[in-house]
Amino acid sequence: MRTTTKNRWPATAVAATAGLVLAGCSLGTGDQDDAAGGSAEGGSSKEVVVATHDSWNMSKQVLRDFEQQTGYDLTIQPAGDAGALTNKLVLTKGSPIADAVYGIDNTFASRAVDEGVLTDFTPKTNPGSAYEPQDAEAAAQLTPVDYSDVCVNVDDVWFKEHDLAPPTSFEDLADPAYDGLFVTPAPSTSSPGLAFLAATVAEYGEDGWQDYWQRLVDNDVKVTAGWSDAYQVDFTAGGGSGDRPIVLSYASSPPFTIPEGETKPTTSALLDTCFRQVEYAAVLDGAANPEGAQAFVDFLGSRELQEALPDEMYVFPVDPEATLPDLWAKYAVPADDPATLPESEIAAHRSQWLEEWADIAQ
Amino acid sequence: MGTAALAVVPLAVLGVFFVLPVAGMVGRGFWTDGGFDPSASLEVLTRSRTHRVLWFTLWSSTVATLVTLALGLPLTFVLYRLRVPGRSAARAFVLMPFVLPTVVVGVAFRTLLTPSGPLGFLHLDGTAAAIIAAMVFFNLAVVVRTVGVLWENLDPRREQAAAALGASPWQVLRTVTLPALAPAIVASASIVFLFCATAFGLVLTLGGLRYATVETEIYLLTTQFLDLRAAAALSVLQLLVVTGLLYAAHVTRSRREHAVERADVRSTLRPARRTDLAAVSTAALALAFVATPIAALVVGSLRVGDGWGLDHYRALDGHEAGSTAALLVPVTEALSNSWRVAVDATTLAMVLGCLVAVLVSRRGRSRAERRGLAVLDGVFMLPLGVSAVTLGFGFLITLDRPPLDLRTSPLLVPIAQAMVALPLVVRTLTPVLRSIDPRQREAAESLGASPWRVLRTVDLPVVWRPLLAATGFAFAVSLGEFGATSFLARPEAPTMPVLIYELVSRPGADNYGMALAASVVLGLVTVVIMGLVERLRLGTAGAF
Amino acid sequence: MPTSRGLEVRDATVRFDRAVAVDDVTLSLDSGHVLAVLGPSGCGKSTLLRAIAGIEELTAGTVCFDGRDLAGVPTHKRGFALMFQDGQLFPHQSVAGNVGYALRVRGRSRSEQRVRVDELLDLVGLPGYGERMPATLSGGERQRVALARALAVRPRLLLLDEPLSALDRGLRERLAADLRGILAEAGTTAILVTHDQEEAFAVADRMAVMRAGRVVQSGSLSEVWRAPVDGEVASFLGYATVLRGGPARTVLAAGGAHGDGNGDAEVALRRSALRCADDGPLRGRVLEARATPEVTRLRVDVDGVGEVDAVAGQDADVSVGHDVRLMVDLTRAAVLS
Repeated sequence: MRTTTKNRWPATAVAATAGLVLAGCSLGTGDQDDAAGGSAEGGSSKEVVVATHDSWNMSKQVLRDFEQQTGYDLTIQPAGDAGALTNKLVLTKGSPIADAVYGIDNTFASRAVDEGVLTDFTPKTNPGSAYEPQDAEAAAQLTPVDYSDVCVNVDDVWFKEHDLAPPTSFEDLADPAYDGLFVTPAPSTSSPGLAFLAATVAEYGEDGWQDYWQRLVDNDVKVTAGWSDAYQVDFTAGGGSGDRPIVLSYASSPPFTIPEGETKPTTSALLDTCFRQVEYAAVLDGAANPEGAQAFVDFLGSRELQEALPDEMYVFPVDPEATLPDLWAKYAVPADDPATLPESEIAAHRSQWLEEWADIAQ
Repeated sequence: MGTAALAVVPLAVLGVFFVLPVAGMVGRGFWTDGGFDPSASLEVLTRSRTHRVLWFTLWSSTVATLVTLALGLPLTFVLYRLRVPGRSAARAFVLMPFVLPTVVVGVAFRTLLTPSGPLGFLHLDGTAAAIIAAMVFFNLAVVVRTVGVLWENLDPRREQAAAALGASPWQVLRTVTLPALAPAIVASASIVFLFCATAFGLVLTLGGLRYATVETEIYLLTTQFLDLRAAAALSVLQLLVVTGLLYAAHVTRSRREHAVERADVRSTLRPARRTDLAAVSTAALALAFVATPIAALVVGSLRVGDGWGLDHYRALDGHEAGSTAALLVPVTEALSNSWRVAVDATTLAMVLGCLVAVLVSRRGRSRAERRGLAVLDGVFMLPLGVSAVTLGFGFLITLDRPPLDLRTSPLLVPIAQAMVALPLVVRTLTPVLRSIDPRQREAAESLGASPWRVLRTVDLPVVWRPLLAATGFAFAVSLGEFGATSFLARPEAPTMPVLIYELVSRPGADNYGMALAASVVLGLVTVVIMGLVERLRLGTAGAF
Repeated sequence: MPTSRGLEVRDATVRFDRAVAVDDVTLSLDSGHVLAVLGPSGCGKSTLLRAIAGIEELTAGTVCFDGRDLAGVPTHKRGFALMFQDGQLFPHQSVAGNVGYALRVRGRSRSEQRVRVDELLDLVGLPGYGERMPATLSGGERQRVALARALAVRPRLLLLDEPLSALDRGLRERLAADLRGILAEAGTTAILVTHDQEEAFAVADRMAVMRAGRVVQSGSLSEVWRAPVDGEVASFLGYATVLRGGPARTVLAAGGAHGDGNGDAEVALRRSALRCADDGPLRGRVLEARATPEVTRLRVDVDGVGEVDAVAGQDADVSVGHDVRLMVDLTRAAVLS
């Protein structure tokens, strides 16, 4: 009896495993997706390849509309975070991995422009002209698509429970009243982290930010590697059971903290602490399909795509006419007067800032 | 002659997908402004920061490797030698960390360790101990699987003879069992060390930036600063350290490998006794150690608002209307994407791995041949020890011309995963193949068996289970999207780790809960598959 | 017998899941004796040996040595030594390393180890083999090394699991004699488990016969040999023929025994119990004849008995198909009760 029941197992297991393996028909052999081919050669002239960052997300419907309107086949190529994306483009200069790029932000824009990996392009409609780079050469190559304000967020419920007024400014963050309450991702490993560092540079100046950061460190600021860490683990209103009610996040974060069945978020963004990150699109120099790339950059400015941005990628559209989702309109308010720095200044000083920052904060 | 022919395919693959990209990246760093100028690169090696980073890499990886062995060996003993209930489930379970994306594990660990977390009283958040704990968490399976396949075949009578001669259980372990297991232990230790030394996501997340390893330095230098000179110097440093380690491992191992008389697996299992108490409790501790972060994931995934429920799991089908959570694709689609890539990667890793294992387990006839085989053996370990960033970026700059314009090919991801899985396959199979007495093969040949038949009738019955273990391993590596793949152009079809990464990178309790739920699903699928594979028994090998 | 010296196994039972490997076995062995446990493979004799060594746990019963119950005493504290059929030498240690193993684990000094190892290698006839590795030895040499290793610390009890079975016949006979000499010289108490009665007779002075987990007979060699408890044991001990009922009565009568007349007479005959003699009481026809250096071995169809083995002197003129007369020598037979 025992042996028969035992012996049935292998047979079942073999059958099940074989079935599963067969079901997972190999990518290498019989794949009918048009993902193969890549950019330059191999692909048809109808194919347009877009390099982007890992946060890319767009509804299939919108992308289908692009393909129908233009007749191109779209291939999206996520290539790491904004830094990795930019550096990959620099390294593959002259033999680009794609036709167009979307997702270079104003902290990395100068590197891409200076290295000459992009080419000039003026889109048919440019709803985001207000967000164009300050530098003329960069403005000729880059088309603004969306922006997000990196701001300090606070857990209002926590502050109410602890009978403490939430902070409102950079200065407050260094106030001993808020000792040990602030958590931020590091500028060296996180793009919002870098934005916050840039915001402090803009606020305190080239020679003053170091002193401010020293005061933050003295006030027990916690530095994590990434945004997920800071928000999901250490922030009191995040996913876990954090113990810090002040976190660096986005102006668009509060709507996500509306408890089920209620209408108001439990967190809010401090709009006087924001740095504006603008994301650009561009046509790559040496693109196999420059027309396709141009069509895609044009499409990024379309009303349809602009209005899809908040829900799909959690960013504000650059088109001032675009309708925001209800929740956004109510609770995700961009800053009136966010800090900005010229792209060229960020590019010129990035390494030096990060080194100085590391000396202070690590 | 035959050796050379067999070696061609794996060596060609290694050359194209490892040597070429790494050489390309290092070359970019050394050739600046049109001239060969390594001095600018080598300057980085004199910085005191580099020394600090190298020192931390070495000691943290060493400690993590030792702890992994200290927990892993008793666990292996209990799971492969004792007749304890639930052992095959436990064997599958320890593999679960292997497939969990680093970002989620980092978050899970930190959720436990953060000052207000359940283990906050340990004050480990942001310490080197937390980094080491996570490394151990990930790598326990390497020790359990690599050593387990040899241990379960070890004839217990030798240990019994020693015990009857008056050796205490500890003395038996030290003087009989461990020497017999030495090849597998050294092999798994070197793999664990390499995995630890090249981990960067964990180090960044858990070290709170206070700790840097050679790998995190290369990552920052390449992806953030675009300082290719310094990165090239560090990559070369990494290669040198890894080569040194592999040489040391080879020397230790080659002195220990003997033909072992193997016993039938079923006869090596025995019930637990009082003297096993220490081993059983260490094994329980190890399992609890693996289970704790996983439990944190499960608990987190079931937490809905202030209550509990399966809402996050239901939301994974991607059809929930009015949710603020936006899924790239339904979880089923991501799973099937992961599955397809994993099948490709596993097939490739097994084909290459078997070729290499058969090759390097031969005993060379001449000194030169033996040395050649040893070098070959080590060369296939190198991909584990070299920065994933260097490799990933190297792909982009070297594989950009026909006939090898593979930069954005969907094949690149499975190939890169196969390069990582390959050493695991080789290390799992080689000690077992070497333990086959060559006279058995000679006997079979003399009886008229063709080389293929010798393989089938002498080697296959013995390596059948290790082969399954290796397959499971390769599969898990692929499902978890290890190392290099995060720096490659991703396939357009999002896999599970991509989906999870997306979810955890967004604000909102729903997204966080769904990220955890998706991780649990990925882990469970893995455990079930591994459980099925465990069920495949030696007896069925006859059918092949 | 609370003060007995030696091994005392009482009511020992070892059960694996539902299968009973050792079934209520009681045995005793005085100090200085060598006991052979003889039985077919699968009879539970190896399990009994392992239970005595403490490797298998007893389901019921006790194992005592020198009056002390060994329950709860782990293998390595019993002061025994175990030697397997295939030696189980440690492949990573030299011959000297293997032989000196038990001394090393007891922390004896290096010089003491060296002296004792040389002594033991002399004893087993392998002087100068210390530096060799096990892989370079022949089968017989390995068993000698295993024996030397087992004897190193003068175990209170030596447990031998088919120590000679893996060797070829000539080597086995030589080594069996050596083994007996070595055990006697060292005064070692030993248990030898084997399925080969020749090995048992060559080495042991006491014997226990096991069948299906039970000890069916035990005693001194001659006790067991002279009076096997049943036909099966008799065959196993090497009796050539076992007869029952009418044929048995015929043979007994021919040998001059006074049958008590009941129906279930049983007799075990060695080959030499029936011998050609012109005036023998039995008559039969020769079916096979084969000359050996000492006697001619015959297969004879005996009237009223059936086919049996018999012998003839070398000078006798017997050939296949001839009729012969046979006499019965009951000192070469065992009457079974």
